[in-house]
Amino acid sequence: MFEIKKHRVLASGISLYQVYAPRVAKSALPGQFVIVRTHEEGERIPLTVADYNAEKGTVTIVIQAVGKATHRIVDLKEGDSFLDFAGPLGHPTELIDEKIEDLKDLKILFVGGGVGAAPIYPQVKWLADKGIKADMILGARSEEQLIIVDELKEVTNNLHLCTNDGSVGRQGFVTDVMKDLREKNEFNYDLIIVIGPMIMMKSVSELTAEYGIKTIASLNTLMVDGTGMCGACRVSIGGKTKFACVDGPEFNAHEVNFDEAMRRQLMFKSEEGQALIKLQKEKEGHKCSCKG
Amino acid sequence: MSKIDRFTAIPVRNQDADVRNKNFEEVCLGYNIEEATAEASRCLECKKPSCVAGCPVSINIPGFIGQIKQGNLEKAGEILFDGSTLPAICGRVCPQESQCEGVCVLNKKGDSVSIGKLERFVADYVNENKTLKVVKKPANGHKVAIVGSGPAGLSCAGELAKAGYDVTIFEALHKAGGVLEYGIPEFRLPKERVVKKEIDNIRNLGVKIETDVIIGRTVTVAKLLTEEGFKAVYLASGAGLPKFMGIPGENYNGVFSANEVLTRSNLMKAFRDEYDTPVFVGKKVVVVGGGNVAMDAARTALRFGAEVHIVYRRSIEELPARVEEVHHAQEEGIIFDVLCNPTEIVGTVSGWVKGVKCLRMELGEPDASGRRSPIPVPGSEFIIEADSVIMSLGTNPNPIINKSTEGLKLNKWECIDACEETGKTSLDGVFAGGDAVTGAATVILAMGAGKKSAVAIDKYISEKYN
Ligand SMILES: Cc1cc2nc3c(=O)[nH]c(=O)nc-3n(C[C@H](O)[C@H](O)[C@H](O)COP(=O)(O)OP(=O)(O)OC[C@H]3O[C@@H](n4cnc5c(N)ncnc54)[C@H](O)[C@@H]3O)c2cc1C
Ligand code: FES
Repeated sequence: MFEIKKHRVLASGISLYQVYAPRVAKSALPGQFVIVRTHEEGERIPLTVADYNAEKGTVTIVIQAVGKATHRIVDLKEGDSFLDFAGPLGHPTELIDEKIEDLKDLKILFVGGGVGAAPIYPQVKWLADKGIKADMILGARSEEQLIIVDELKEVTNNLHLCTNDGSVGRQGFVTDVMKDLREKNEFNYDLIIVIGPMIMMKSVSELTAEYGIKTIASLNTLMVDGTGMCGACRVSIGGKTKFACVDGPEFNAHEVNFDEAMRRQLMFKSEEGQALIKLQKEKEGHKCSCKG
Repeated sequence: MSKIDRFTAIPVRNQDADVRNKNFEEVCLGYNIEEATAEASRCLECKKPSCVAGCPVSINIPGFIGQIKQGNLEKAGEILFDGSTLPAICGRVCPQESQCEGVCVLNKKGDSVSIGKLERFVADYVNENKTLKVVKKPANGHKVAIVGSGPAGLSCAGELAKAGYDVTIFEALHKAGGVLEYGIPEFRLPKERVVKKEIDNIRNLGVKIETDVIIGRTVTVAKLLTEEGFKAVYLASGAGLPKFMGIPGENYNGVFSANEVLTRSNLMKAFRDEYDTPVFVGKKVVVVGGGNVAMDAARTALRFGAEVHIVYRRSIEELPARVEEVHHAQEEGIIFDVLCNPTEIVGTVSGWVKGVKCLRMELGEPDASGRRSPIPVPGSEFIIEADSVIMSLGTNPNPIINKSTEGLKLNKWECIDACEETGKTSLDGVFAGGDAVTGAATVILAMGAGKKSAVAIDKYISEKYN
């Protein structure tokens, strides 16, 4: 069992948890993820690490309630526990393989959408700890949905905010901010890292391909085991099939087949998927001995 | 019971094919005491038993069968468990026809003794009545880490614990058992009633199992040896990475690996209403491949209510799956479309599977493996309609440990390079065995490897530290 040391509601339906998982905390690096389960009958849910503290033995995750399983998580409180908390999984961001001197010469921009702000935090913080301050664009539906802004302010150089409804920052999408900066000739980045909803990563990727700037995206695909065993997480990268959990989760955005990734991500939630699940339930009836 | 004919095996009771193809209960019901005693009485208790030589872990087969004859089930259990840590499992999933039973002398004139069914009977008796006594040497204070809780890891752990070691198994998933838990279906190997009990036997020897620990990610092999004070590490991480064909359309929605379907069904219990795991196979499924895993995936899909077609590029005779599994699958109503090879998955405009494009094949000359190689028939393209496709084309070793352990030598198949007799690898204090070394093989071979390495690890530590 993995105890929740701290719980904070960041926005409606979005919660931050600091979880006691000393082994994970000791090994976690920016860009990696964990797989959690709340209860025996629950699904294995992959979540990107939002922060970690090896001394305290804690790992922070941020969860937005979308499905049945994530709703169950956001009901958890301080003192409750996760049944499983496995990780860190996947490769860390490739930034950590670079020489610090080389990184200092790079102009790096992070682009975050919605809860994507959370997994970006450890990356920006890791750079800041090395004396490198990156820029960031953060977008959300409205002011209320913009999360961990204060924390991000502390570790970034310029933090540009935008909201769909204009309640704070520029009204519009993160790509609008990118275009603004480009018009003002202030968009002179060498590397862009984008984390957020697939559709947003796709738009950003299309724009940066046009600009000719290297871009990395972190893919939140469907997963089961997270250790390379099932292939549920497969994505097409430059025409080749890769497993997001062991080959990623970060990939060269310009090589990602986002349309396929979006379609696969919604496999069980789409109309077709739901219809098939319903059909299955009807055909199958109740056949195990669990409840007779 | 009628008079026993020495050359005819007592038939084992199975659930009716038409009933079992709609439930997840165990297919084979096993022997009861009368049947087991009668079957045991057919054993000649040979002086030089070929069955023991045919058993990868050299169980004293005539010994335990002799005890069944005398009604001494506890004693039979002692002998059986002395040779094997997981007999209730092996009695169910071992390919006995090519091992112990394959070399039984009765084969010459009739049926071999049903050793597997007797093994299962005795092991179930022991596990249900908890007659197993924990016999182990006094603690020697040396810590050994085992990576992976499949049969190789479990047997190595059990043997080392008996020899007095302080053993911890690290398992990446949330449940122990490896393929026994996530791969082999409930209807062939019940989880609560069989797998859990045999794993409990190993825990009772004092073995600790830490789940949710991915060696190579959560903690590295090097750190286990240095920071955590383990004197030796045994790598038994299996061969879990599923292969795909690399044909167009393989990433359409509705195309799964056999491992995904089996994991969702077995480990994540998608077949139980109270579990949240989604799974669907639709009305019609195509399973590609002809091995045991393909049979398991097909029979699982069938139980989810689908019409199931197995597509295999050679003929029925060449199917690599066990004959018994193929028979069971056929009885349950699985359709075999043999001599056809998928060339493309066709999909709907929204990216869902609609069917599988196949080419008809004919058999040519035998290839290097001795099997006749399939040759495509020109112009024979056709489409099998399907709502989902399950790819069962074998697996590769999991790269996490191999890539994160510096200095660990791999062979040309990317498996861990280890000595067959001892499991020694290129790294001091690091041993390996099971599917991680051999590639996908069998439960008993993995178990045998674990047992051999336990001896080698004991020797290594005693020589180095005592
Ligand atoms: C569907 C299916 C049906 C089968 N049917 C039969 C059968 O009927 N009879 C038969 O004899 N054999 C059968 N086999 C083969 C048999 O199950 C395997 O050969 C056997 O389980 C191999 O044992 P193992 O201990 O080497 O590995 P596994 O059973 O694969 O166990 C490896 C374990 O290591 C864990 N692991 C992997 N990487 C790490 C890591 N980095 N850190 C921690 N843990 C890790 C995995 O999660 C897994 O639990 C079947 C296999 C499958 C897939
Ligand atoms: S999640 Fe199963 S292989 Fe990636």
